[in-house]
Amino acid sequence: MLSPDRIALQDEGEEFVKISRRKSHVAILLSAVMIVMYFGFMTMFAFAKPLMGTILAPGLSLCILLGASVIVGSFVLCLVYVVWANRFYDPAVRRIMS
Amino acid sequence: MQAANNPLAVTFFFVFMALTLGITYWAARRTRTTEQFFAAGGQITAWQNGWALAGDFLSAAALLGIAGIITSNGFDGLIYSIGFLVGWPIISFLIVEPLRNLGKFTFADVVAYRLRQRPVRMAAAIGTLTVILLYLIAQMVATGSLIKLLFGMPYTASVIVVGTAMLTYVIFGGMLATTWVQVIKAVLLSFGGLVLALLVLAHFDMNPLRLFAAAADEYGERVLQPGSKVAGSGWDAISLGVGLMFGTAALPHILMRAFTVPDVKEARMSILYATGIIGSFHLLVFVIGFGAMVLVGPEAVIKAGGGGNMAAPLLALTVGGNGFFGFICAVAFATMLAVVAGLTLSGVATVCHDLWVNVVRNGHAPEREQLTVARIATIAIAVLAVFLGIVFEGQNVAFMAGLAFAVAAAANFPALLLSITWKRFTTPAAVASILVGTVSSLLLIGLSPTVQVDVLGRSLAEVSQAWWFVPMKNPALISMPLSFLVAIAVSLVTQEDGAEGSFREMRRRIMFGAARAAYTGR
Repeated sequence: MLSPDRIALQDEGEEFVKISRRKSHVAILLSAVMIVMYFGFMTMFAFAKPLMGTILAPGLSLCILLGASVIVGSFVLCLVYVVWANRFYDPAVRRIMS
Repeated sequence: MQAANNPLAVTFFFVFMALTLGITYWAARRTRTTEQFFAAGGQITAWQNGWALAGDFLSAAALLGIAGIITSNGFDGLIYSIGFLVGWPIISFLIVEPLRNLGKFTFADVVAYRLRQRPVRMAAAIGTLTVILLYLIAQMVATGSLIKLLFGMPYTASVIVVGTAMLTYVIFGGMLATTWVQVIKAVLLSFGGLVLALLVLAHFDMNPLRLFAAAADEYGERVLQPGSKVAGSGWDAISLGVGLMFGTAALPHILMRAFTVPDVKEARMSILYATGIIGSFHLLVFVIGFGAMVLVGPEAVIKAGGGGNMAAPLLALTVGGNGFFGFICAVAFATMLAVVAGLTLSGVATVCHDLWVNVVRNGHAPEREQLTVARIATIAIAVLAVFLGIVFEGQNVAFMAGLAFAVAAAANFPALLLSITWKRFTTPAAVASILVGTVSSLLLIGLSPTVQVDVLGRSLAEVSQAWWFVPMKNPALISMPLSFLVAIAVSLVTQEDGAEGSFREMRRRIMFGAARAAYTGR
């Protein structure tokens, strides 16, 4: 007898499982990058204040540089995801549907 | 100093009101079904929705509050700016597509998709309404005192004016009018912020580093370095971060906007646009805060009253003259109005769609009846908001917005994430997780220095001796993991065959959308 998961595989086709899995991997990977980036910054802010206060140039401290980078980085990660989803994920989904 | 004596401010204010009420009249004729009332018929474009999301999310606190914090404390204000942004990528990677394809009007649609409707909807309504009410009180109180400060209008009258205007937008124009109010407000706010930042930078060769260096010369290098007065330190800061990141990803009035666009791709694009708009705006606010520090001075800002909130308007007066001051005041007013309208609409969606239709009427209620209930709920929430706004006058409610994020992170986020990713998730687990998240957040903040010291006025030395004392100002670091643990533990000891059985069908619908899933699966 087939296990429910095997039935699922046959029923939905390998393509569905493959794309679904790839989608999860991309989403989890990007979320992990975002979480590490933000909580890395917050951990340094919370526990390494002297280091974060290092003045790199007149008017620029390490925390300002990293803080602005987290803001820009958040947008860039969103952009990476949207480009991936529009270029690869959506066409793949349309392919299965047709 | 007040904008009441400023004919331009009053003119801007009336132009904004006339424009938004005109839009409401236009939208009212296009709002005949619940689909139109709650989701603008799904006809908003990604670009409009991106601006509307930014409009929903950027409260007056974003411009006036954070600029004020930076003016008096320097760098630390940026901690809030960053925290308000980092939840958006999480929405885009994990939440927005399942939400758009599974839901109709509220995020509870997603949580309840595989589970038993009534218990899940009731629990989700408790979580949602707690978040919305806390946020609404914080906004109303801030709005009343800011309008008093900016326009010289009495507190009670300003709260009533805001309540009436938001009631008009929502009750007649529904989501369509609310969306346009948000778009106009977000465009005005971004434009005002951009001009203000450019006027500041014009004093510093258009180089932000020259501005920061000037601030450091005058007030010491500490203004460019992390402090501990605003954002706490140690685990307190991490807890704030957890609340802001995951709370943003589960705010009901933000999630609701996933349903206003035609499809998943537009929903995804609108989150990207919103992230860009909000991120750029916060970078401008950083410049504005430092501009006010150097060009106006922290002492002058404190003397103007309002706990530092006058930093941006005073800066506008200094660098742009009376007319620009009036414009910024009017924009701040528009901002407050739009945010409370968005919050109210999502509260109405919960009361009408989750509680009335799916709990009381078991999923079947005629359109006309739903619209009537929605309009009654709008009046009820508006009256409640005005009433609470008046009751809390002069109270320190600054913690309420932070608490709203913490409750969203602990009550809504775990249930939302587990319902779309974990096959074993069950109805009792969803209910327990939402309730534990809500109650533990409220309890922990009640026992923390935020309430005990800042609100009740006890001394920190005295309360920190008590056995029940919670040292963290923000509860999310404890309450969110607790909510996840409860969800997982309860799922493992309960069994729900129906929920497991429909997991595949749900995954298919997340990928293909409603039409295709109905065709192949159900």
